[in-house]
Amino acid sequence: MAEEKIIIMNKEDIKNSLQTLAQQIIEESSPLIDLCLIGIRSRGVDLAKRINTIINSITKTSIPIGVIDTTLYRDDLSSSSYKPVLKKTEINFSVDDKNIVLVDDVLYTGRTIRAALDALTDIGRPKTIKLAVLIDRGHRELPICANYTGLTLKTIQNKSIKVTLEEVEKQDAVLLLPFPEKTRW
Amino acid sequence: MFKRKNLLGIQELTKEEIRAILDTAESFKEILTRPIKKVPTLRGKTVINLFHEPSTRTRISFEIAGKRLSADTINISPSTSSLTKGESLKDMAKTLEAMNPDIIVLRHSAPGAPHLMAREAKFSVINAGDGAHEHPTQALVDLLTIQEHKGKIENLQIAIVGDILHSRVARSNIYALTKMGARVKLIGPPSLLPPYIEKLGVTTEYNLEKGIKDCDVIILLRIQLERQNKLFFPSIREYARLYGITMEKLKPLRKEILIMHPGPINRGIEIDPLVADAPISLILDQVTNGVAIRMALLYLILGGES
Repeated sequence: MAEEKIIIMNKEDIKNSLQTLAQQIIEESSPLIDLCLIGIRSRGVDLAKRINTIINSITKTSIPIGVIDTTLYRDDLSSSSYKPVLKKTEINFSVDDKNIVLVDDVLYTGRTIRAALDALTDIGRPKTIKLAVLIDRGHRELPICANYTGLTLKTIQNKSIKVTLEEVEKQDAVLLLPFPEKTRW
Repeated sequence: MFKRKNLLGIQELTKEEIRAILDTAESFKEILTRPIKKVPTLRGKTVINLFHEPSTRTRISFEIAGKRLSADTINISPSTSSLTKGESLKDMAKTLEAMNPDIIVLRHSAPGAPHLMAREAKFSVINAGDGAHEHPTQALVDLLTIQEHKGKIENLQIAIVGDILHSRVARSNIYALTKMGARVKLIGPPSLLPPYIEKLGVTTEYNLEKGIKDCDVIILLRIQLERQNKLFFPSIREYARLYGITMEKLKPLRKEILIMHPGPINRGIEIDPLVADAPISLILDQVTNGVAIRMALLYLILGGES
């Protein structure tokens, strides 16, 4: 019998989580000078945009926002059995001396974040880099932790967490699926 | 998606594979404008550029592409290659294989040389020009350049002008452009247009002014001066007068036409200096895109198992 997928967060939960994340970022980063959001492809990009919208509506400040693709910095390129599709990194501002908040959907092994940190420091030298994630599912393989977390969840490794967003899948949800992740990234 | 071990020619590629290469190359262009133009992707991989014919832009762009991806690149030129001592290509392949390179970029005067090497060895092979057969990476560069400036390739009318007979660039471009849905017209003196070339799905024209009337892009080919002792046309001067692109010949055209050339150019022969340096000339864009295309190929062939 195949197990059913379980909904961990619905539309309302995600909305509230992002609201809280945005408020925490504002509190810690005030007066918001030199604050930038950078979304990690692909889900992190849409989440960064939403957080940006919330920050904008609360503070009436517009923050630079960028996109980072970590493909070229992966540590499993020569061993992974499939080729990840390379997409553009789009950061149209200097990251030097900025306070960067990286945004991603799921924090798992920490390897994506390691790759994003390397990618970011190749572009410039930010003053600080912080991490905001919607959900932290544990099982870190590197010494990495998030500064802002929407939901912390204890999970077992042979199940996967999938975030679907209205921008892509037409539905906001965080799902627990009964099979392991395709890549442990 | 592109999952091949080798890139030997455009002829065997599908439209989807070509699209995947172009998309990847576009993503790489951003890296070329960074202050630190290097990513760690191909760390520990070895790229050997084995060029048995002279080359500036192809060899240098492969070398730069490899270095920007953190691969180790090694160049072997004709004068330093043991092929000039009479070593066969097969033995050369075996010798190189014993040193465990990951990829060989081969330019050779014999058509099919990269295919032979790919059969004999475990490493990947990229064809950087084999005789008058194919020059696949140049055709991909040209596709990327056209797409960037025209926003598409499909349904464009492209003229390839000059020495079609001896040109590997022309052959690869014919395959590449027709696969992507462009219409291709070959223009040149009858002696330089191979008979039955229309079978590749192209049209031919002997008169330049008439031929370029409805075109969006002209790809010029270099008159290979080293071959002209064989007399394919009466004189260089006559060729320049009849087939050289000048501003006067472009003036009567109703729409703007873009000029491309794989280089090196012969100023005053196939292209007038005023045209070569005009804004409609994309010759230097092609060189820049050359690095992006070659990065994309090294990444697609070496990044990840296929």
